[in-house]
Amino acid sequence: MVKPHAVKGTPSQQLPDRRAVLKTGAALSAFVGGASVPSLSMAQAATGLSLTVPEWMKVQGRGILSPPYGVPSPFEKDVVRRQREVRVTDTAATSFSPLQNSFGTITPNGLCFERHHAGVPSIDPDRHRLVIHGLVERPLVLTMDELMRFPSVSRIAFLECSGNTPNWKSVNPDFGVQQTHGLLMCCEWTGVLLSTLLDEVGLGPEAKWVLAEGADAAAMTRSVPIAKALDDAMVVYGQNGERLRPEQGYPLRLLLPGYEGNMNIKWLRRLKLGDQPFETREETSKYTDLMPDGKARQFTFVMEAKSVITRPSGGQRLSGGPGFYEISGLAWSGHGRIDRVEVSTDGGQSWHEAQLQEPVLSKAVVRFRAPWRWDGKSALLQSRAIDETGYVQPRHGELVDVRGVNSFYHYNAIQTWSVNPDGKVAIHVA
Amino acid sequence: MSRSIALVAVLITLGLAANMTAAAAERVGIGHAISPQDFAAWDIDVRGDGAGLPPGQGSVTQGREIFSQTCAACHGDKGEGRAVPGAVGGFDRLVGGFGTLDTASPTLTVGSYWPYATTLFDYVRRAMPFNAPQSLTNDQLYAVSAYVLYMNNIVPEDAVLDALTLPRVKMPNQEGFITQDPRPDVRSKP
Repeated sequence: MVKPHAVKGTPSQQLPDRRAVLKTGAALSAFVGGASVPSLSMAQAATGLSLTVPEWMKVQGRGILSPPYGVPSPFEKDVVRRQREVRVTDTAATSFSPLQNSFGTITPNGLCFERHHAGVPSIDPDRHRLVIHGLVERPLVLTMDELMRFPSVSRIAFLECSGNTPNWKSVNPDFGVQQTHGLLMCCEWTGVLLSTLLDEVGLGPEAKWVLAEGADAAAMTRSVPIAKALDDAMVVYGQNGERLRPEQGYPLRLLLPGYEGNMNIKWLRRLKLGDQPFETREETSKYTDLMPDGKARQFTFVMEAKSVITRPSGGQRLSGGPGFYEISGLAWSGHGRIDRVEVSTDGGQSWHEAQLQEPVLSKAVVRFRAPWRWDGKSALLQSRAIDETGYVQPRHGELVDVRGVNSFYHYNAIQTWSVNPDGKVAIHVA
Repeated sequence: MSRSIALVAVLITLGLAANMTAAAAERVGIGHAISPQDFAAWDIDVRGDGAGLPPGQGSVTQGREIFSQTCAACHGDKGEGRAVPGAVGGFDRLVGGFGTLDTASPTLTVGSYWPYATTLFDYVRRAMPFNAPQSLTNDQLYAVSAYVLYMNNIVPEDAVLDALTLPRVKMPNQEGFITQDPRPDVRSKP
């Protein structure tokens, strides 16, 4: 249930309570938010005409197995990953997930964002191996068949690139939520707890860090602290009910719930136990956070609490005119569960608690929703997440006051979408 | 009769439970032992302190030749990087940027930012050249590392680097990193 809790002052644009919303049943279908959502004007047009029997009711539809692996409706062809800008290569590159078209919390496998440093390798799973060595009692090599015989676990977890949301210095007025927050996914992952594998090889007493290495043409490497490895780290081969997609590390990847995306090494081929971090390129010259005094923070692994409204969001339009709209978005925290999400329609002057869709899982994306009756005036839409540690997602000013604007990674400030009287929604340029 | 069957059943149940408990504490027993020789081709990491550096050596002079042939096309003759019209980002600049880290436009290069010279060797070994990773010999890797460090005025023109000397190269920004995560550092209130 939505809790319309006490607010400071009287909001100019009331968030109606749930019962009031349900009474206006017709308004419930009035939400308009971008190409994939039916517009009110179409609905009005339809009700003004006498309905005819469409052609698809007069013939048999497609048969089964056409195709054997199902794909989205051709009418959803615009719901795709996109590049934000042209880069010098398309293998050391990034594509963004269309969060504006997302429902619920699970990211479909074909829409999970991509961040590769040397492209997607074509790996024959029969020839893939995982080696575990270093400060262990029994170095081991495992085939995929062998890995899949180990006791398995499944969990839902988000995965976010620490470079997500490049709002440090300025915002691009053309960016929608795909461009600002599209380096985020949430999937059900299946595999083996890393602690199970470390039990198998016998952890040496001096082992404090694990080097994880990928089998791509960058042989991507990151050092993982042993506490994380023994806590909830997994090596995963399953994603949303099927094998990992090649873009997500087929046939095997590391999963470190709540940690920055880059550490979740894809195409995992090697784990080496050591007594100190390995100081790889990606944990020194990249994925470190430059502070205003010229010093850089290293080993900042956890993705702190963050949220964003996905509908209505930049590039969409409230074409139904004043009336009811549902504000909907995503919230997540690398420190655990989201405790609550608050929504503002007046740029943060007043806040209203949003409804969280159960189940609310630790280190997973949660969907929040808040009913909104738009009065047709300018509005500034914001959301902020508070996680179970009590951490409150900061405002932009609060974040840059501490970290400056050069740290590049781990931007998690409140995102603002502006609504114009004509219904256009765009990123808010302060 | 029925009592003895019941007793057997209890014993079997207890036995199964004991077996399962034991199995949970034991190793699964899947996989194969492997010796360092067997995975030597994969064991390519070089740590910040130089652990893992292979035999071999290379000079700045040799590195200049390799760099011009295999690196300069993207990174520029002097390691200055290269912009590509119509593309964002460009190819990484490797040289210079000293004194910029606390300014409005920090320039992060091997010289200005990287804390360990060994990381240069490790990264080039695993990921460069971009069109042919893991193709350079160990001697070539030492040489090209030496040349990139020379272009940054970190080693002299007559430097020859190997497993002993490369880890001793003091990088200008070696002390520039805070290794304890100070977060949560931003305290907002509802």
